[in-house]
Amino acid sequence: MAAGVDRDSFKVNPILFTSSYRRYALHALWLAPLVFLALFYFYPLGSILEISLSRTGGSQAAPFIQALTSERVRRVLGFTFFQASLSTALTLLVGLPGAYLLARYDFRGKSLLRALTGIAFVLPTLVVAAAFNAMLGPRGWVNVGLMELFDLSQPPIRFINTFGAILIAHVFYNTTIVLRMVGDYWSHIDPRMGQAAQVLGANWLHTLLRVILPLLMPIIITAALLVFIFNFTSFGVILVLGGPRFATLEVEIFYQTVSLFNLPLAATLSIFQLACTLILMVIYTQLSAKLTRPLSLQPRKYTQHKLTSWRGRLLAALLVIMLLGLLTAPLIALTARSFTRLDPEPGQRALLTSGLTLDFYKELTTNRHGSLFYVSPLTAIAVSTGYAAATVFLALALGLPSAWALARNSDSKFNRFIDPIIMLPLGTSAVTLGLGFIVAFNRPPLDLRASILLIPLAHTLVALPFVVRSLTPSLRSIRPRLRQAAQVMGASPIQVFRHIDLPMVGRALLVAATFAFTISLGEFGATALIARPEYPTIPIIIYRFISQPGALNYGQALALSTILMAATAAGMLAIERFRIADVGEF
Amino acid sequence: MIKNLILQKIPTGMLVFFTAFFIASCTSSTTGLTAEISKPSEPLTLTVMTHDSFAVSEDVVTAFETEYNAEIRFLKSGDTGTALNKAILSKGNPLADVFYGVDNTFLSRALDEDIFEPYDSPLLADIDDDFELDQLKRALPVDFGDVCLNYDKRYFVDQGIEPPQTLEKLLEPEYEGLLVVQNPATSSPGLAFMFTTIGHFGEDYYLDFWEGLLENDALIVNDWETAYYTEFSASAGRGPRPIVVSYNSSPAFEVIYAETALDESPTAAVVSDDTCFRQIEFVGILKGGQNRELAEKWVDFMLSPIFQEDMPLQMFVFPVNSHAQLDNAFLQHLTIPTKTAFVSPGKIASNREKWLQEWTETVLR
Repeated sequence: MAAGVDRDSFKVNPILFTSSYRRYALHALWLAPLVFLALFYFYPLGSILEISLSRTGGSQAAPFIQALTSERVRRVLGFTFFQASLSTALTLLVGLPGAYLLARYDFRGKSLLRALTGIAFVLPTLVVAAAFNAMLGPRGWVNVGLMELFDLSQPPIRFINTFGAILIAHVFYNTTIVLRMVGDYWSHIDPRMGQAAQVLGANWLHTLLRVILPLLMPIIITAALLVFIFNFTSFGVILVLGGPRFATLEVEIFYQTVSLFNLPLAATLSIFQLACTLILMVIYTQLSAKLTRPLSLQPRKYTQHKLTSWRGRLLAALLVIMLLGLLTAPLIALTARSFTRLDPEPGQRALLTSGLTLDFYKELTTNRHGSLFYVSPLTAIAVSTGYAAATVFLALALGLPSAWALARNSDSKFNRFIDPIIMLPLGTSAVTLGLGFIVAFNRPPLDLRASILLIPLAHTLVALPFVVRSLTPSLRSIRPRLRQAAQVMGASPIQVFRHIDLPMVGRALLVAATFAFTISLGEFGATALIARPEYPTIPIIIYRFISQPGALNYGQALALSTILMAATAAGMLAIERFRIADVGEF
Repeated sequence: MIKNLILQKIPTGMLVFFTAFFIASCTSSTTGLTAEISKPSEPLTLTVMTHDSFAVSEDVVTAFETEYNAEIRFLKSGDTGTALNKAILSKGNPLADVFYGVDNTFLSRALDEDIFEPYDSPLLADIDDDFELDQLKRALPVDFGDVCLNYDKRYFVDQGIEPPQTLEKLLEPEYEGLLVVQNPATSSPGLAFMFTTIGHFGEDYYLDFWEGLLENDALIVNDWETAYYTEFSASAGRGPRPIVVSYNSSPAFEVIYAETALDESPTAAVVSDDTCFRQIEFVGILKGGQNRELAEKWVDFMLSPIFQEDMPLQMFVFPVNSHAQLDNAFLQHLTIPTKTAFVSPGKIASNREKWLQEWTETVLR
């Protein structure tokens, strides 16, 4: 048992907690989220799976037998698990020290650091590949530098199409999840628990293993789960950076659907992928019920201190350098390239620059060939942030009641059943679900096939699990006594929520909003299938540019990516500024 | 304790903002329509489903809309294969009236699934019979483009060697480590290049050629973007390899979209006999659509010179209508192969999976 955990708080006043009226009230919170999932997730998914499986010539079981006995599918499944586990472990390794820094220290530029490390999350894979290429590619500055330094004839580092590239890209994308979720939770944990352990004679390692880690476990496994599912369903990174020798289930589903039009097999693989997600989620639900302890969450002003000691500063500096180096160096390379004019004569060894230029940005604002689908960068930003704002609104409106219901009544059978289901959309193949939208919403009253509402709806499906997962651990860790005290004093459930829960999870709410915002800004796979050409998001336009030859097209793709990064950073900083009363200060 | 946690006020500002945005987003789609209703009778809407790469000039579409009092709505639905899958799955209650963009590598899938109604357009008279791969006139040819080897001109001048003019040349030692190609399982030009080798060497021998390519250190990547921008030396990404599989139009792109004005392209396409694969794109009227008459007019329009002449600068594909003129930029920088490697759509359909599997097992091992 961890030191300092308040065991009394498990003892709950039976009168307050078994009232059936209250239980029904808590279950009613599920109404909106469940209707949403039923309508926009289960209905389209069920439709496409049914249609796909009915296309088997013979027995319905045939594709399952084919998949189960196929050597190729076994290999793909094995690789999918292997790379996801390794990537998740590495992401935790990089993210946890960073989370410590953000949780325990108060220093200037912290918001900026948090925003910068989160930008990667929104970038389309093709652009990230270009960014890594500018650094680590055969003619990137690292290789060119090493070649000149040691007078080599061949670039010493091979990056594109290696397993290492997959791992690095996954860490690059997902570290922000660990930083934000764990960092936020950690910042509310009373540092006196660790101090008490040390006073009692524990060394720092013991304190870490016996006190800090057990207290953090609920949030660490939550972050690890989300990172794992992202890696498990990874598509773009595997395809672009991993190359033809690597395939995850998601890549295989894409190949079976698009290249071979083997819908029954694709549907079977989608079901495998879902089953894996579901199993993971059930394990997670069991684990987190065991690990969660009510804590006394402390406002950050009590848990954080300024960097005063020389050692502390050095440590912080090292961590900041590591995080920025890993997570923002590619972004800087990308930004720099978008302002760089290249020597018109190709064929040189290095990227010879001949000065700075704004040409790519200027070109973005001209519709040179009078194209019908031209969209100015300002419009693109407006469209993208509009969708993102709608996603934040929808995901919070649905996620907050879900998280609250989960946290307040974690022992209920109903909640234990629902909890894993909320996460399913994250583990669902985008290719499959995208087709599901087409076959499900094709007749009134739900003829949404060309509606612009489809995009925020699809983005909310991905954002909702994040919102629920960011909020639940904080809500669960609130001492029931606080709520009980309020109820004894006559507060209604809604008042309890507004005056106790909401302020205590204020930070987690901002984390959740940030995730919803960035998920929407960066989403590409589903958006490409359902976006109306008049209202494309920024990633869609970036893709349009980078899929055409010509230096100006490439430059415009990088310029627009830079604009996307700026918009993301601005949005994240703005969300951090939101204050729900004094909540943001907590 | 509770007192200092009490909320001061509800975040009404946030709520109002999001609600306003929501209402705005719900109504914005209708405001576009109301602006149009000054015309005598309400225009008929025609929906055209197509792939990501579709582009057209605004005034070309307006010309059609004015002439037929119509409104054209475009639905872009992912890459060619994905868009076609969507059309197939919504068969019977189609998303659109017309589908444009299925190419000869996917044609059989569309025809087998029976999504198109036949239409014998009068404009077919102006189109070379070679392009008409569907004799029943369910899919009508609109444009073509050739997937060819592209090379970095400067590299070959500097090294004093000839660019490869045949596929066999690629196996020679002087071209070792120079080529980058795409995976046919994930990339459309990659698939076309695999068909080039099948068309040229025959299905019994093409894998020997690929083994030779591997021995000569050819690189295989999954997508065109990585091949062209990361690996190819004459692109803006300045990669290490001077030969890439791309399109015969790519050199013209490099001039038209150059960073600083260029007189000649830094790249060139190899267009000698049997080294390219021709992709032909088709349009068809979807079964079960509501506006057959207008759909016919739109198909005619796509085959007529005004649309055909607009395509090259918008989509970098070329007209099939023999009366369409090419823009000067293209006449200067474009070379069109006279004899391309050929594999029929029927053969592609029945062997696609087998070939891809064979290829994957031989080349990616």
